[in-house]
Amino acid sequence: MCALCGVLMSEHWAEAGEGRRARVFRVALLNRVLGHFGLELGDWSGVYVLRDRKGASEVVGDLGALWQAAERLAGRPLDPLDPSLVRALSR
Amino acid sequence: MERRAPVAVLTGFLGSGKTTLLSSLLEHPSMGETAVIVNELGEIAIDHHLVRKVDERTVVLPSGCVCCSLRGDLADELRDLLERREQGELTPFRRVVVETTGLAEPAPILATLLSEPALKHRFRPEVVVTTVDAVHGSRTLDRHEVSIRQAAAADRIVVTKPDLVETEDVDALVRRLRELNPTASVVAASFGDVAPRALFAGPGKKRAAAAARPIEPSGDHGGVHAVTVILDRPLDWTGFGIWLTMLLQARGADILRVKGLVDTGGSGPVVLNGVQHAVHPPIHLDAWPDGDRRSRLVFIARGVERDELEASLAAFAA
Repeated sequence: MCALCGVLMSEHWAEAGEGRRARVFRVALLNRVLGHFGLELGDWSGVYVLRDRKGASEVVGDLGALWQAAERLAGRPLDPLDPSLVRALSR
Repeated sequence: MERRAPVAVLTGFLGSGKTTLLSSLLEHPSMGETAVIVNELGEIAIDHHLVRKVDERTVVLPSGCVCCSLRGDLADELRDLLERREQGELTPFRRVVVETTGLAEPAPILATLLSEPALKHRFRPEVVVTTVDAVHGSRTLDRHEVSIRQAAAADRIVVTKPDLVETEDVDALVRRLRELNPTASVVAASFGDVAPRALFAGPGKKRAAAAARPIEPSGDHGGVHAVTVILDRPLDWTGFGIWLTMLLQARGADILRVKGLVDTGGSGPVVLNGVQHAVHPPIHLDAWPDGDRRSRLVFIARGVERDELEASLAAFAA
């Protein structure tokens, strides 16, 4: 638990043992994906802040929680197999 | 050195021979110091083992996802085992075996072991052993979704009661199970006559390396089939993690299992093993187990095809 903000510190399998550089790269890649669904991700000292275009936001601790929050904000599942997303990322 | 106690999960449909198998295993000298958590104190041979009974109690999380729901009963029992062992009230144990009810989903057990803060540093999921009855197993797979899920979650499958049917029927069931879950080893055994070493993990990395051999797309099993995704370029681990977590959130109910080796450009691959949303901590190997150095992931899933998985993964991580 982060003593400052009360958010659980990440021990997610996909983020375990990573450094700051990997996290910066992750956030950049996540924003390419999330942007396709009208969402934007910020990284506030190790805590993800997810926002939609209407200004609604959610604070999330790790990748697992991120996708659940993104689904709530987008109002639909974010499917990585969506052909239009795959095309957008491949460009 | 690994200090977490291994937890083996023994599952299988109603009447498929779990208790017979467990009783037989526990008679083996190498199975001493085993703590057993069961739902029913039936005819299990318990004399020299620590046996605890629990009533399955599943805590559904706010997300409502069944596979990520936590088994509160199991968590309480494991915490109690630890506390009492540390206070010297119990004999030491080296391994825990959890025998589920016949209708239990294996994924919540793994989710509990992998996510409960008080447990995940003290216990590790070792292996999922699933029993399938040679007499009724094929019909059960046809009719009961949970039976498919139990077989898909397995690392080892024991076909029980083979002495009660013709050899050809046993062979056909074994073939079907290998096709449904190509990541599991399948053995047939009467009266639980299986050596513990054939079921429980030896050296972790060696076992893990046997994770994924490329397979042809399997036949349809109630809408579920196994496909292997193969990519011959190293994958970016960050992109891979984003892709898989997103995929499991969007399609987790339909992806019963994912297991394989991922080439991240190192000297050896990363071993990945997940049952629905419950993903084991990845294991880094020092070397590839064979000459094939391509990333390969076996998915046991419903409604996803190899081509779309490969194209999507490549867009995220290649």
